[in-house]
Amino acid sequence: MNNSSLNKVSFTVNGQTIEEEVASWVTLLDFLRERLHQYGTKKGCDHGQCGACTVLVNGKRVNSCLVLAARLEGKEVTTVEGLSSNGELHPMQAAFLEHDAFQCGYCTPGQICSAVALVEEGTASTRDEIREWMSGNLCRCGAYNNIVDAVSEVLDAQKGVRV
Amino acid sequence: MKTKEKQGVGQAHIRVDGKKKVMGQARYAGEFTLDGMLYAYVVSSAVARGKVSGIKTAAAERIEGVKGVMTHANRPSILSENDDDWRDQIAPLGRPFRPLWNNVIEFSHQPLAVVVADTFEAARCAASLVEIEYERGVHTTDMVAARKDSYHPPSGKIAYNPPPETEGDPEAVFATAERKIDVTYHTPDHHHNPMEPHATLAHWNGDKLKVWTKTQGVMNTHGFLAGAFGLDEEQVEVVCPFVGGAFGCGLRPQYQLVLAALASRAFNAPVRLTLTREQMFSFGHRPYTIQRLRLAADESGRLNVFMHDADGETSKFEHFTETVVNWGASLYPAEHRKCTYNLVPLDLYTPLDMRAPGGATGVHALECAMDELSYEVGVDPLQLRLINYTETDPASGLPFSSKELKACYQRAADSFGWSRRKPEPRSMTRDGKRLGMGMATGIWEVMYMGATVKAEWKPDGTAVISTASADIGTGTYTILAQIAAEELDISTDQVEVRLGDSSLPQAPIEGGSMTAASVGSAVKKASSQLRKELDEESSRRKSGHSVTVQNQPGEEEETHAKYAHSASFAEVEIHPVTGSIRVSKLVIAVAAGKILNPKTARSQILGCATWGIGMALQEESVLDQAYGRFMNHNLAEYHVPVNADVPDTEVIFVPEEDKEVNPLGVKGLGEVGMVGLSAAIVNAVYHATGKRVRHLPIKLDSLL
Repeated sequence: MNNSSLNKVSFTVNGQTIEEEVASWVTLLDFLRERLHQYGTKKGCDHGQCGACTVLVNGKRVNSCLVLAARLEGKEVTTVEGLSSNGELHPMQAAFLEHDAFQCGYCTPGQICSAVALVEEGTASTRDEIREWMSGNLCRCGAYNNIVDAVSEVLDAQKGVRV
Repeated sequence: MKTKEKQGVGQAHIRVDGKKKVMGQARYAGEFTLDGMLYAYVVSSAVARGKVSGIKTAAAERIEGVKGVMTHANRPSILSENDDDWRDQIAPLGRPFRPLWNNVIEFSHQPLAVVVADTFEAARCAASLVEIEYERGVHTTDMVAARKDSYHPPSGKIAYNPPPETEGDPEAVFATAERKIDVTYHTPDHHHNPMEPHATLAHWNGDKLKVWTKTQGVMNTHGFLAGAFGLDEEQVEVVCPFVGGAFGCGLRPQYQLVLAALASRAFNAPVRLTLTREQMFSFGHRPYTIQRLRLAADESGRLNVFMHDADGETSKFEHFTETVVNWGASLYPAEHRKCTYNLVPLDLYTPLDMRAPGGATGVHALECAMDELSYEVGVDPLQLRLINYTETDPASGLPFSSKELKACYQRAADSFGWSRRKPEPRSMTRDGKRLGMGMATGIWEVMYMGATVKAEWKPDGTAVISTASADIGTGTYTILAQIAAEELDISTDQVEVRLGDSSLPQAPIEGGSMTAASVGSAVKKASSQLRKELDEESSRRKSGHSVTVQNQPGEEEETHAKYAHSASFAEVEIHPVTGSIRVSKLVIAVAAGKILNPKTARSQILGCATWGIGMALQEESVLDQAYGRFMNHNLAEYHVPVNADVPDTEVIFVPEEDKEVNPLGVKGLGEVGMVGLSAAIVNAVYHATGKRVRHLPIKLDSLL
């Protein structure tokens, strides 16, 4: 018995082209972690309930545990590993570090990817709006105040909006 | 002139491991791989009590890539037969659980089989095809119904204090008291739910076993593996550099560790086993408690009777104990006092310490009861605490080593605006919502244990600190670097800290808010010794030099009672029609000795605040008594606070000097901020609505 029929698929991960035969039951999350061995993207629930696996697909934030790798033909995937360039932190990564917007760090890659997308979406301009639009990413350590501080700072700098 | 930035202790340094975490480079237990590694997936019991009468694996084994299915019937027979060998450092008394030991089922979700395959997907699919036949037994999981079986616990677990002695004649005095309350509180089961699930990669090299596993104590896991697998200590190595949250669930080794090591042996390959979120509800949890408080006071509000009786849940195979009823006896003097604590055995896995074990639930009931008493005697809730304030510990009769609780009350009350509060319930509104203000006290015992640290000076002028402790997100890497930097007079960034490896010098488990005190003091001692030896012979700075130093607390009799304290003030807004509750303001003042790093310390207290909100308004592991299992075993139905649930929170650290607790003068921060916080919220809900909710969490229907 074989439940794992193969699909040829071509997409990019952090700019690198991936051309592979992917079994249809492989999620993007497991593809990143167990095929590419890029463990920056985290598995917290595997059910789209916690947000730890958040990555950007064509710039939009998605739970990578709910996306099948075989459906990514032609898409651009960005993970936490792709945010910094030449060792220089992305402004959102720097803000998380400065504001201590994490403790254990396990939800952090998902929080940061989510926050990067949030800034692009332009939906949040107040602290309460940031809270609301970041509520798909659970943080069990409870760093939410500091996450709001970090996202506010980046929003402030990038959009010139005082929050 | 540019002044040199302060280095070392007291500096608000960013986390030294933070860059790795924001870049996705921190590697957690389930993220290590080895060549030829296989994936394992657990099949869990659907019944809470009974026997396995058969396991059909043929369908599972037909899935491409499946290597086999391991059960109690075919597992390698390499496990110790002796209970003592299975008892880890913090195991309660009783018979430790052994996975796949035989066909007996003692709790729902008990692991009954492990599928091993060359991909995760194949293992998961095959696990769904394993058919288990059961001989069903009769289970008991209803705490209320099972109270008739309660019993007095044997002592024996680390960090458990039996209730203090009875004083005076509390029952008789209470019977005739004029101003008194007699109230019973229920707190439900909670699950830790760290974001990182439990995972182990196990690899046998001949007769040597190496594991990468989620744990709050590599040494505890190391000793446990040696015992359970009948190995010498040098045959075992345990690695865990980063922990994705634990909150207590990594204190004891969990069954995935044993199963991964067994499977690795059975299939002669490295095996990684990661539990699913659902399976994270299959082991230790915060136990259900039922607590009765009887308080009586004179007309000024001074307590004269204090009685706190609690029943706590345990399993049928271990006697889980936590310190629930002792806290009031160390906060408030009363001439007549009685505290009792009993256990109720259920067909569930043994409970497990969870953030502020015993304190979170015990002080919740205590501080809600104090609020009830304040209305009974007609005294402001804060005033009632001040009337009953004490400078010596009533339970032990000893003076406190330090106690800035009064300053916590005053500074938090001022910042919160407590004086604006109108005393009557339902008397305040804002924007059409009912407004409530509540407060509560927090207390946590200071623990301090021995640890060993290697401090090494490198020829390039940097230092390396090594110890088998852990950073579970608390900031251990950072504060240890700061302590060493201060002693060695170098910058914090010039200190590398190595943790989470059993080959490093011994350190205790990371729990009980004691790591800063215990490991921190050992780092201070080792670094100071290193500095001394460098100063004695300056050529050592060029050649490199190291010392390994053990720090052991003295064993002289205690002369002081040692506690950290906090005061929490909460404001809630409640919709008058729907009853929806929002915590709109929180102020927490903490007196916990010296603050090593204000940035990471504040984060600890913010985390405590989040947990307090969850405990008051959201968290509950719901048992279906018909099946004897936790039904909301996922993060959609077990509600933890999300970002929108947590208001901007003010954290105040009250200066507190303590020369008694340990050489660093620190008391620990991971728990004290959570203790009492849920009570402050529940008291605020009463103030807003006039409804006293004595079952946690407060849900919409509690108020309608």
